[in-house]
Amino acid sequence: MRSADTDARLAWWLVLPAIGTIMLVALFPLGWTLWESVHLHDLRMPWLGRPFVGADQYVEALRDPRFWSALGHTLFFAAVSVSLELVLGLVLALAMNRAYRGRGLVRAAILVPWAIPTVVAGLVWRFMFEGRSGIVNVALVDLGILREPLVWFIHAGTAWVPIILADVWKTTPFVALLLLAGLQNIDASLYEAARIDGASAWRQFRYVTLPLLKPAILVALIFRTLDAFRVFDLIYALTGGGPGTSTEPISLYTFNALLQMLRFGYGSALSIIVFLITFGLALIYIRLLGADLVGKSR
Amino acid sequence: MARVQFEGIAKTYPNGHAAVRGLDLTIEDGEFMVLVGPSGCGKSTMLRMIAGLEIPTAGRLLIGDRDVTTLPPQERDIAMVFQSYALYPHMSVRENLGFGLRMRKAAPAVLAERVESAARALGLEAVLDRKPAQLSGGQRQRVALGRAIVREPQVFLFDEPLSNLDAKLRVETRAELARLHRRLRTTVVYVTHDQEEAMTLGSRVAVLREGTLQQVAPPMELYRNPANRFVAGFVGSPEMNLLPGSLLPGAAARPGLLLGVRPHDVSIVPQGTGDVDALVDVVEPLGSELVIYLRIDRPPESVELRVVAPPEPAVEPETVVGVRFDPTRLHWFEPESGRRVASD
Amino acid sequence: MSLSRRLPSLALALLVAGSAFPLYWTVVSSFTPEARLFQEPSLIPRTVVLDHYRALFTERNFWVPVRNSLIVAGTTTLFCVVIGGLCAYALARLEFRGRRLLLVAVLAVGMFPQISVVSPLYLVLRALRLINTYPGLILPYLTFAMPLTIWLLVGFFRQLPAELEEAAMVDGASRLRAFREVIVPLALPGLATTGILTFVYSWNVFLFALSFTLGPERQTVPVAIALFRGQYQVPWGQILAAALVATAPVTVLVLAFQRRIVQGLTAGAVKG
Repeated sequence: MRSADTDARLAWWLVLPAIGTIMLVALFPLGWTLWESVHLHDLRMPWLGRPFVGADQYVEALRDPRFWSALGHTLFFAAVSVSLELVLGLVLALAMNRAYRGRGLVRAAILVPWAIPTVVAGLVWRFMFEGRSGIVNVALVDLGILREPLVWFIHAGTAWVPIILADVWKTTPFVALLLLAGLQNIDASLYEAARIDGASAWRQFRYVTLPLLKPAILVALIFRTLDAFRVFDLIYALTGGGPGTSTEPISLYTFNALLQMLRFGYGSALSIIVFLITFGLALIYIRLLGADLVGKSR
Repeated sequence: MARVQFEGIAKTYPNGHAAVRGLDLTIEDGEFMVLVGPSGCGKSTMLRMIAGLEIPTAGRLLIGDRDVTTLPPQERDIAMVFQSYALYPHMSVRENLGFGLRMRKAAPAVLAERVESAARALGLEAVLDRKPAQLSGGQRQRVALGRAIVREPQVFLFDEPLSNLDAKLRVETRAELARLHRRLRTTVVYVTHDQEEAMTLGSRVAVLREGTLQQVAPPMELYRNPANRFVAGFVGSPEMNLLPGSLLPGAAARPGLLLGVRPHDVSIVPQGTGDVDALVDVVEPLGSELVIYLRIDRPPESVELRVVAPPEPAVEPETVVGVRFDPTRLHWFEPESGRRVASD
Repeated sequence: MSLSRRLPSLALALLVAGSAFPLYWTVVSSFTPEARLFQEPSLIPRTVVLDHYRALFTERNFWVPVRNSLIVAGTTTLFCVVIGGLCAYALARLEFRGRRLLLVAVLAVGMFPQISVVSPLYLVLRALRLINTYPGLILPYLTFAMPLTIWLLVGFFRQLPAELEEAAMVDGASRLRAFREVIVPLALPGLATTGILTFVYSWNVFLFALSFTLGPERQTVPVAIALFRGQYQVPWGQILAAALVATAPVTVLVLAFQRRIVQGLTAGAVKG
């Protein structure tokens, strides 16, 4: 019996349960969604049946202003929150790298927001910005930054503030931890050599830290961008997409199309579009991270 | 009978790299065969093929006349000592030693007895209940050894077992290994990149380079009659000198061939009285001898010469001396193929 | 000089305070009577009441969502670690055709937007009569938690030296035996960490729980909280109390195992 063959056979048995489940519950439904997206399927009007409509629903989506708004909201949200998280995460990581006392405590403290269910985080921040006497309003008025309390949730512009803050609050720890691990991998002797060469702190940062931190930054960027694109829980809990639909991200719009408007066909087309965008991003990123992720078996 | 036979064995990896190219080798029962060569020569691959951790892409492998070419490791009766020892960190020394017998379902009494006797033989009784992390480097090495001995296999495989030890321990352990082999008389296949280990331990040494066998012979044979210039340069320290054949004076000169002569076979004589004159470059006094680096000016370029000389008379750098080559210890090689040519 | 030394600690203190404040505020508010919640909020609570918590567990029967979450997240974690662990071992250590493709595929599924599979899954589960049941939740949870589990465990298995298995095989163990006797004991810390991270992930799943449950009997904690409806106004006090209860288990896990968690999160991610 060939050693390599028995290995291969064993491997397939070991892999089967996991892959089988994933195929069944992830890939098969995806295929179904694809099928649904090219058929009309309106649960409010079952008498119309499920006729094949080809790319009609995709075209409708591309002509749908609410779709483009939702996409715009998602892009805006992703761009702003990911940038903020990267910067703050970097600052946090740098601070944690230098500070000697209480590192364990700090790690624990910042990990808690990460572990909280996203809807809970959304509700907590909603509470803080709610009404005229939410703590944020009270604090801002007391500090003289606002003359009178703002009703944050009735204007689209201001509604984004708690949304972004909540996301930054919840996920900066994750970014910080990733970057911290990257920082700790940088050989201390590189800084010593730079210092001997006369480099200031800023130059050390620019020419030693940043370049060597690139892989970690890339990983953080990838994870966070993908997550930001799929945002659902947070906005559902914080604003429900409102006021109106002015903070509605693309996942929430798809959800509404499916389960509120009950347009399964159209919702499926939206689903597929979301999938394509997310998946496309993921593929680009996998290509960028490439060999690192997959590696050899030994 | 634990004879190991390689018949036309080759190993090419999927990426195209040929680690071992079609070689034949027979390791006799009870022999201590050392596989030696620079990194990438294929010696570890050969060892792993005997173990079953790599499968050859061509050829047959036999252990004790049984075709084991594609058998998994657990079905071959071999034991291996890894370079990093690969001790099971979560098991005690006792459990590490007994693991192999436990896998082969040995009776508990037999297992206990063999573990105890191996521990005694290697001086490990005191640490039987400790975990590997609590042992010194030398002790870990002995546990790795013990794990192999307990199995009483047909063949012992060693993958550079001494390379993680400091110089003193290395010499001591080398002697212990030689003693062990004398006592157990089991076939041993030993891989190293250190030619000194190869010379001192092997009953026969196989020199490998880029996947092919250069020469297989007892150590002294390799030293005295290297089959090609690679083996000549690999065995012996300091390295053999390779000089243009036209260097020798008069009729002895053989232009077009390479002259090989060992540093120990060259003597320093007063200027003008030797085969050739040379300029002394660096002198390294080692106490028992001098290692002298000289330069011979021979257009189009100068040739470096290494000589090992007795501590007296003293030799000074920047002086010109004569060198005489021992005529009975000259080796001749063809320059392109490197093959040895008869010294006629 | 001493300012630049202090600067990291200062920045840290500020960031940690900023991070902790919403939690602090939630705790304080959950003990504040409803009427006072939006009147003159003060940083130090002036009155402490347990009304909200009491209401949570008596009127709203919050034990039920907690129980549901524990069962679903716990079962999902168990299956994930076992099934995913076996798969991860094969992907990390065994050579077979399609290994690379599988690994990429698994990772890719982890990047799926869940919204894209929610509707067909709903229809399938409905056809199988699994809506509003535990299996109806565990199955989708499993599928989307497994890529995470597998990715983490592949990283952990790869960190173990390959020579250990080789030594075990040379000693006479089959692959599976070597896995059981040598790999698993050594990978236990990694398995534990993966279990914790998977549990946290499963505890927090929202979309599937929202879509595949019909009523309070099977709703999980995130859904229950999100759907709190008061008679006339949003019952913030109870929501915040519920938020704390929702967060308690994972917070305990995080605080107890923060070093492990950090290791797990960053292990495979950064090669420096």
